[in-house]
Amino acid sequence: MTWTLILPELVLSLAGLGLLVAGVVPKREMHFPVAMGALAAIMVAAALTIAQGDGAIFGGLYVADAFSRFGKLLVLAGAAVGIILSIDFNERSGLARFEFPLLLLFSTVGMMIMVSANDLMTLYMGLELTSLALYVVAAFDRDNERSAEAGLKYFVLGALASGLLLYGSSLVYGFAGSTNFDQIARALGAPDTGSTGLVVGVVFVVAGLCFKISAVPFHMWTPDVYEGAPTPVTAFFAGAPKIAAVVLLTRMLAGPFGELAAQWQQVIILVSALSMILGAFAAIGQNNIKRLMAYSSIANIGYALMGLAVATDAGLRGLLIYMAIYLAMTLGSFAVLISMRRDGRAVERIDDLAGLGRTDPMMALWMAIFMFSMAGVPPMAGFFSKLYVFLPAVEAGFWALAIIGVLTSVVGAYYYLRIVKVMYFDASLGAFDARPMGLSLVLNVTGLFTLLFILFPAPLIAAAQGAIASLIE
Amino acid sequence: MNAAGFPLLSLLTFLPLVGALIILTVRGDEKIVASNARWTALWTSVITFALSLILWVQFDKSTADFQFVERLSWMPNLGLNYVMGVDGISVLFVLLATFLTPLCILASWEAITTRVREYMIAFLVLETMMVGMFCALDFVLFYVFFEAVLIPMFLIIGVWGGARRVYAAFKFFLYTLLGSVLMLLAILLLWYRAGTTDIVQLMSTPMPAEMQTWVFLAFFASFAVKVPMWPVHTWLPDAHVEAPTAGSVILAGVLLKMGAYGFLRFSLPLLPEASAMFAPFMFTLSVVAVIYTSFVALAQEDMKKLIAYSSVAHMGIVTLGIFTFNAQGLSGALYTMLSHGIVSGALFLCVGVLYDRVHSREIARYGGIAKVMPAYALVFMLFTMGSVALPGLAGFPGELLVIVGAWRVNPWVALGAATGMVLGAAYMLYLYRRVAFGRIQRDELRALFDMSPREHAIFAPLVIMTLWMGIYPQSFLDFFAASVAQLVSRHEAALGAARLAGM
Repeated sequence: MTWTLILPELVLSLAGLGLLVAGVVPKREMHFPVAMGALAAIMVAAALTIAQGDGAIFGGLYVADAFSRFGKLLVLAGAAVGIILSIDFNERSGLARFEFPLLLLFSTVGMMIMVSANDLMTLYMGLELTSLALYVVAAFDRDNERSAEAGLKYFVLGALASGLLLYGSSLVYGFAGSTNFDQIARALGAPDTGSTGLVVGVVFVVAGLCFKISAVPFHMWTPDVYEGAPTPVTAFFAGAPKIAAVVLLTRMLAGPFGELAAQWQQVIILVSALSMILGAFAAIGQNNIKRLMAYSSIANIGYALMGLAVATDAGLRGLLIYMAIYLAMTLGSFAVLISMRRDGRAVERIDDLAGLGRTDPMMALWMAIFMFSMAGVPPMAGFFSKLYVFLPAVEAGFWALAIIGVLTSVVGAYYYLRIVKVMYFDASLGAFDARPMGLSLVLNVTGLFTLLFILFPAPLIAAAQGAIASLIE
Repeated sequence: MNAAGFPLLSLLTFLPLVGALIILTVRGDEKIVASNARWTALWTSVITFALSLILWVQFDKSTADFQFVERLSWMPNLGLNYVMGVDGISVLFVLLATFLTPLCILASWEAITTRVREYMIAFLVLETMMVGMFCALDFVLFYVFFEAVLIPMFLIIGVWGGARRVYAAFKFFLYTLLGSVLMLLAILLLWYRAGTTDIVQLMSTPMPAEMQTWVFLAFFASFAVKVPMWPVHTWLPDAHVEAPTAGSVILAGVLLKMGAYGFLRFSLPLLPEASAMFAPFMFTLSVVAVIYTSFVALAQEDMKKLIAYSSVAHMGIVTLGIFTFNAQGLSGALYTMLSHGIVSGALFLCVGVLYDRVHSREIARYGGIAKVMPAYALVFMLFTMGSVALPGLAGFPGELLVIVGAWRVNPWVALGAATGMVLGAAYMLYLYRRVAFGRIQRDELRALFDMSPREHAIFAPLVIMTLWMGIYPQSFLDFFAASVAQLVSRHEAALGAARLAGM
């Protein structure tokens, strides 16, 4: 019974369809019940993912292994937190429509397909399912010009990226003779196949995926979309889809295109270095905290890609650990951003955080921990995530990348510290509205993870190690 | 191995953190919270100090090995362990940190009135990081503590500091972080080459000479900023001037020692050839620091700034002593670090006493203090003389040893250090004359009270230590004699081996 391997995706899809009916039929607004239903479906899917076995199905279109399970659990965690963060915000902002959690649910299904994709076709399907749902939620606050702009911008540029990806896929298909990852690998393994056309195809595919993870120079959409979209949508964008795209990129480059490592490494090194540099310097001048988080996420992707650029087992392991810790820090920070609401209106300037250390010491403490963690200051988790990508870079002799990495992390520390400064050193502008329990829960869980990772690092490292082992074999 | 039979060093390290957690849970109105926070912090730090005295008693001075060693598996996949231990070089710094913290908390008793709870938490966290840093025997663990110190110090300067606190806090943090991250890369290189970050094992892993040069430069970037050496010292005057009194005390007393400790613990034993190669460079920087910053100190109008520049000069003596590579120079450097920790900390407390009353650090606003505050003037004079290295007080044995050690290497270097001592006497006496003597010009000064019982309690232990260190230095020198001897012999052996290999 091989179909059990897609059981988590099946559960999510069927739950999505059932909830769609449940949302339409009753006369009253079903936002909250549907959101709870979506959360329950994600929990079930997570449990099924953990219990899943290994294997490939549908003629090798789809694989399940430790690597996909690691990626899926991160994606599901990101999606679940994304939904939790959105419930209260949507109700207070007049966005409480049942379609919202459903769209997030369907995009989650798409991400899980991306993570398990073992064929260029599956990859494209998963990616499009994810993106279509995300285009809509970006513009979900449809009466707001900036939100509509974000949705449109994301759609136009996303379509361009999909086009690049498709074009690259067709080139790969043409020169390798198959869309299946295993067969591409076999074709590349044979002598005299490293043709230029294939390399061009790979570069196009990588470019399309770099758009999804907002790596420089494909990052242009990120600050605008992050700023314009409703904050919970931004939180969702910064979490799960990035994980899925990074995992997919890793599977593809380390798997079928592993033979071409020398070629794609150059691209990834460049992208990684540029992302770190731009993310660090462009964030300095920002006043809107969502834009700042956009540049911060660009920089973080740069660090994560350093692990991929190195292309060793240790590097890939570092990449996975980096993404896991990045997810926790980012979602935690966004829980704070979503709590920024004064007199019923959402505020998003950095200065609005002023005096948080007095008005809400607990939240300020967590935010400070996230910021120090992102700056890479020990003993927070963010330090270790950087450690695990810098170590392989040094081992493999990528000195330029490692030095750019540490220096930009100091530049980055400046703007993270600025947030701490605003919270603790500046006079208060008045307290924020009381935050709902869901946000406190997210804050506490992600905050404790960030703070206490130093005590219990072994399980995450072991999980990442296992995932990479299943990928490389 | 563990003489106390229980994890003493971990207890010393993490007990303050427990105190911080207790303070975090205190609820109630502001006054009660503040009072509870003060008392909890004081008791926690006093108990920590009392426990650290076990180190003083039980430390075996006859061996250079690490003692009180603890080992726990931390990240087995990466070969990282939680290893703690002290030897003759580090043990007294642990004591220095635990000794100064309760005094700092007492000194902040009335000076800090806002957000007392957060302040005390920051101080206890700071103590944890300081003690942990001196105990860590794993390089990555060391780095974690070394950098984590920045967080509480950043907050202490930024929240409770003076007018330009934000600028000073950022400068402090970013300056030191920039140095540290380069060291991190060097640590990663060592880790990868030697397959371990255990300091004891690293010491027995020789490294190719060319790599040593690069690693030394990376370490230098970190430690020189921390010391601070000329010309990367500019963060220090800013940080000192803006930090609250207790923050300055810890900064001068313990944090500056972290850089010099790094040179002693890592640069010298791990990179003997590079250290020898860079010694003339280090001498130059140290002598420039000693002479140049002494002149700068002479021109200062702000008391804290003056003492800050004197710290740079004293730390110049320390780095000079370290790179003489002989027993006198190294012992002198260690001794100067300890005495400077006590004396400069005490001097900052002296400034704090005046600042609490007059709310100014400007030297010109004072004069004739000795008439209205005789007891204070006496204490201030004692520490001034200690800083000048008057024989019989704490500063003397260390500086003498450094000059002797430097003389053996290069008399000109010794001359530079001696010039620093003369200039030190000049600026400290000039400061003291302007503050304590002369006619009282301002009416507000006439009404000053002499020291309160709390202030007596703060200064009493510092006075005792200053006299003790000056009169009977052997009781401290004994602690690090064996370790220093081993450091010197290993260094010479390593250089000898390198010379043989080069022939």
